[in-house]
Amino acid sequence: MTTPILEIRNLHAGIEGMDIIKGIDLTINAGEVHSIMGPNGSGKSTLAQILAGRDAYEISEGEVLYNGKDLLDMDPNVRACEGVFMAFQYPVEIPGVKMTQFLKAAVNSIREHHGKEALDAVELMGLFKEKAKLLDLPNDLMKRAVNEGFSGGEKKRAEIFQMAVLDPTFCVLDETDSGLDIDALRTVAEGVNTMRNDKRGFLVITHYQRLLDYIVPDHVHVMVDGKIVRSGGKELALELEDKGYSWVDEKLAGAAG
Amino acid sequence: MTSTATTIEEYQRGGYKYGFVTDIEMDSLPPGLNEDVIRAISAKKNEPQWMTDWRLEAYQRWLKMDEPDWAFIDYPPIDFNSISYYAAPKSMDDGPKSLDEVDPKLRETYNKLGIPLEEQMMLAGVAVDAVFDSVSVATTFKEKLGEMGIVFCSITEAIQEHPELVKKYLGSVVPQNDNYYAALNSAVFTDGSFVFVPKGVKCPMDLSTYFRINARNTGQFERTLVIAEEGSSVSYLEGCTAPQRDENQLHAAVVELVALDDASIRYSTIQNWYPGDENGVGGIYNFVTKRGKCQGKRSHISWTQVETGSAITWKYPSCILLGDDSMGEFYSVAVTNNRQQADTGTKMIHIGKNTRSTIISKGISAGVSNNSYRGLVQINKGAHNARNYTQCDSMLMGDKCGAHTFPYIDVRNPTAHVEHEATTSKIGEDQMFYCTQRGLSEEDAISLIVNGFCKEVLQELPMEFAVEADKLLGISLEGSVG
Repeated sequence: MTTPILEIRNLHAGIEGMDIIKGIDLTINAGEVHSIMGPNGSGKSTLAQILAGRDAYEISEGEVLYNGKDLLDMDPNVRACEGVFMAFQYPVEIPGVKMTQFLKAAVNSIREHHGKEALDAVELMGLFKEKAKLLDLPNDLMKRAVNEGFSGGEKKRAEIFQMAVLDPTFCVLDETDSGLDIDALRTVAEGVNTMRNDKRGFLVITHYQRLLDYIVPDHVHVMVDGKIVRSGGKELALELEDKGYSWVDEKLAGAAG
Repeated sequence: MTSTATTIEEYQRGGYKYGFVTDIEMDSLPPGLNEDVIRAISAKKNEPQWMTDWRLEAYQRWLKMDEPDWAFIDYPPIDFNSISYYAAPKSMDDGPKSLDEVDPKLRETYNKLGIPLEEQMMLAGVAVDAVFDSVSVATTFKEKLGEMGIVFCSITEAIQEHPELVKKYLGSVVPQNDNYYAALNSAVFTDGSFVFVPKGVKCPMDLSTYFRINARNTGQFERTLVIAEEGSSVSYLEGCTAPQRDENQLHAAVVELVALDDASIRYSTIQNWYPGDENGVGGIYNFVTKRGKCQGKRSHISWTQVETGSAITWKYPSCILLGDDSMGEFYSVAVTNNRQQADTGTKMIHIGKNTRSTIISKGISAGVSNNSYRGLVQINKGAHNARNYTQCDSMLMGDKCGAHTFPYIDVRNPTAHVEHEATTSKIGEDQMFYCTQRGLSEEDAISLIVNGFCKEVLQELPMEFAVEADKLLGISLEGSVG
């Protein structure tokens, strides 16, 4: 029995009158890892932002159901509380706010949403330590301000660390591999892999195939110009790596002509 | 999904939470200012002749002065003859002997403000000298402090009980003719606090005053004097709230601090006077002169302020670093929203050798407000090896507000080290989205981001004050991100 976590139906969206997402259908079931690959400007990150609830985009058509509920109708913080997490491509700095202080606010806000009591400092520290170990995070990172002065690798690892702490149901990873060296990539991937289970769904957005060597997807979709032009298993990623995006582009051109 | 824009409007209309009026009989003077009014104030307070003369002298000086116009603020001319210069609750005529004698309605007001006047204070370790309009209602913990030789009372009482100290120090830091509003205050001040900490005594608790303007059309002119003798230390907290009214009210206070050799004074303020409504109607004109004199060697004066209220704030808590190796600090958060205007900052006057000063100023502007930092760092000729560090950060919310910085640096000694850093940032949609994506509501996100921005200042506040300041920042700025 498969349970859909996310159902995107005929989604059309854009910004300032410009269409970016031009009709996407995608269903992600519990326990599945989907990857969207595509060239720059194909709309991958826009899709991620729309799912996470960024205000800037207008939805012109279609719907998105999350656990059967209308996702697009929820404020971003409600989505987060309901278990939607996005690892940012460019994590944002919040000067003066410690990572622990930030996560304390986030954890307890989510707990409050579910009618649970707030965790106290001791319980939180236990949770943070356990998850930090998973991602091999330096201890001082938690005492530093959120993303401030973090290296590229630290930022991305911190994103996955936050994901582990917040324990979401649906995770979007927006080009988490960009700017990572191979060791950091491996650490991040291991972090994600330990979180894979039959209740959780992932959408991994990436430009390069190499991340998928470590996070092996169940399904791969190729996105070009706001549409999914091809879907397949993990071997599709390898084929893409081999032949390049021009391959799907040419095929597209051929089909149209 | 609610758009950010609607949320902004909702919260900017959120309203002032302390805008209630206490309905009690008042004993007040009719509006107007002349020598008879000043004599009447002095008489009502049963003051000695020298005090009356001092007031009259200040009044004569004030008459010859002009209202300053250099600040980056804008307001219609004030008619000083339409203000009543004295208001006291009638029931105070005989003076309460204990808390039980305090008018229950007054007590209720304080309770609404959340000020614990009774047992709670023992737990909180705070002694409150509460000023209700012009008369000090209740002074607590006086006896306990008295055993250590610490005097903590109203200035009115100090004039009666400790005339030699008042005579010696009143006007010694802020002279009568220092500026227009200080002169006015010197003539008509009605009450305020007096603190004296004798040689070698560390005051065991934070001393606290709660100012509140209640009566309509009365200016509040408090006068506060804090004296720390050799080797002593004291921390003083000041919180302010005023009821909501359509007309503007004037508040012109003077605070003087004197620190002798090795003494330390920490003065913290949370100012939350009524700021006016979203159209700029009503609100307090807060024209205040605060100055500390580090008179002794190695003395230390530290000002910390969180300014969220008032229609107009004109205020520059300053330090005169007279003693060698003395140290002055100014930590400030100033928030303006809607049509508020703030022109605030500090002056650090280095006179002694090896004097040090630190200025950390955080300005946050939202709505269509204007927020200016104005600061002077002056290193005099004899101030060898003086050092100053200034950091001046502004944060803008939305695109209709203004942040301005007017730093003045005057160095007359080549051994000085003066550093000035300034930044301007915008609370970004990016930061907001990042926080809300992690599950925080918009209000919590703003609170958190602003708290981070102000951290260097907030951490200077005593614990219980920091919590209040944190809440206040959230309330003042809810929904102002666009």
